[in-house]
Amino acid sequence: MATETTGADVAASSPGMPQLDFSTWGNQIFWLVVTLVVIYMILSKVALPRIAAILAERQGTITNDIAAAEDMKAKAQEAEAAYDKALADARTEAHRIVAEAKAEIQSDLDAAIAKADAEIAAKAAESEKAIAEIRAGAAEAVQQVAKDTAQEIVAAMGGKADAKTVDAAVTAQLKG
Amino acid sequence: MEGELAHIGAGLAAIGSGAAAIGVGNVAGNYLAGALRNPSAAASQTATLFIGIAFAEALGIFAFLVALLLMFAV
Amino acid sequence: MATDADGGLVFKPMEQFEIQSLFGGEIAWYTPTNTALWMGLAIFAVILLLVVGSQKRSIVPSRSQSVAELAYGFIYKMVEDICGKEGLRYFPYIMTLFMFIVCANFLGLIPTAFTPTSHFAVTVVLAMAVFITVTVLGFVKNGAAFLGLFWVASAPLALRPVLAIIEIISYFVRPVSHSIRLAGNVMAGHAVIKVFAGFAAIAAVSPVAVLGITAMYGLEVLVSFIQAYVFTILTCVYLKDALHPHH
Repeated sequence: MATETTGADVAASSPGMPQLDFSTWGNQIFWLVVTLVVIYMILSKVALPRIAAILAERQGTITNDIAAAEDMKAKAQEAEAAYDKALADARTEAHRIVAEAKAEIQSDLDAAIAKADAEIAAKAAESEKAIAEIRAGAAEAVQQVAKDTAQEIVAAMGGKADAKTVDAAVTAQLKG
Repeated sequence: MEGELAHIGAGLAAIGSGAAAIGVGNVAGNYLAGALRNPSAAASQTATLFIGIAFAEALGIFAFLVALLLMFAV
Repeated sequence: MATDADGGLVFKPMEQFEIQSLFGGEIAWYTPTNTALWMGLAIFAVILLLVVGSQKRSIVPSRSQSVAELAYGFIYKMVEDICGKEGLRYFPYIMTLFMFIVCANFLGLIPTAFTPTSHFAVTVVLAMAVFITVTVLGFVKNGAAFLGLFWVASAPLALRPVLAIIEIISYFVRPVSHSIRLAGNVMAGHAVIKVFAGFAAIAAVSPVAVLGITAMYGLEVLVSFIQAYVFTILTCVYLKDALHPHH
């Protein structure tokens, strides 16, 4: 097909398809092979290992960061648990102290109440005794007054008042 | 005379480009229809799409090449 | 081509693909030509992208470093997905192909630039390199079991010889389509842009022509990447066939 072009293909302005001008194929193939070898060398020696290293490094960094984040999270959870525990401990301690204080106060109170009760009872007994004394005194006084009055009355009536008899009579009357 | 016949032949060969266009459109259209039915599978088939388009198009390029040969090399 | 005799439109869509010696003179196999220049620029672009870009080795990547990492991850994942773990041994090889094609394609999109990948000489060598590597690798790894690739065990017995012939033909067509696809796509795009540029000489249609050039350019940017991607992914698929011939 390119038979007549190859002959007339010295000048640049040749008709036909330059692609089918086989006289230039050797040149192109030579330069293509050179180019491919150079690109292959650049890629396999420099570019690809470097980019692979960058990507691996990034992957590693991401993995590490994720691991670190997980670690942090675990630590935070631990801290939270410790905090919760401390809080619960403090709460039970407080409850214990409160209960203790309450018990102490209660016992103090009980003792005080008992003491007060005893005092009150003693005072009451004393007062009762005093009242009984007073009452007895009063009764005696009433008897005396009654005897005296009766004697006086008997004397005023003109009778001879035997003190002993009046006394007995008054006493009997008072008892009656 | 012979050169004119070659030009007519080149024009006829160019029809092949239109045929290849139909083929490429068919491939892409069917891909789109399938992708709309099942969008989740579409991404995995783009490579197949391009291979299909390339094969369909290669034949159109052959027709184009025949036209070029008739125009310039015969 | 169609240089109008009466001085009308001049279309020279193929002129841009000419191999020219940089310093004049005959083109021998060692002459520095425009293809050598642009291949050198592709090497430079690869260095700029992957070596200079990743120089800082920062954990949080800069823009250029993320581009390098993205390119790395893109091809790495492709190889791993398609070929499996044992395919990763050939990752630098595939990365070389991808970076060369993608850089050459994109550099070729610069106006007045030359695109090495638009030449069959280049793509045929690339494709044949893949084809020969894969075939040799297949026989080295699997021995005669590699021929099981052509013997479709899941088909009915009567059909198998026919299928084997078809499989063998398709196997040997692989490098052809592999190379012509890349060169053809790049060449077609550049030629179409050139044809549109030829129309721009007529004042009445020049806005449309410029619009067409812009649109084609956008498409070409896409095609440049997709063709590099397709070339690479097909390399991976062929490599997978060599590593695991039983499909």
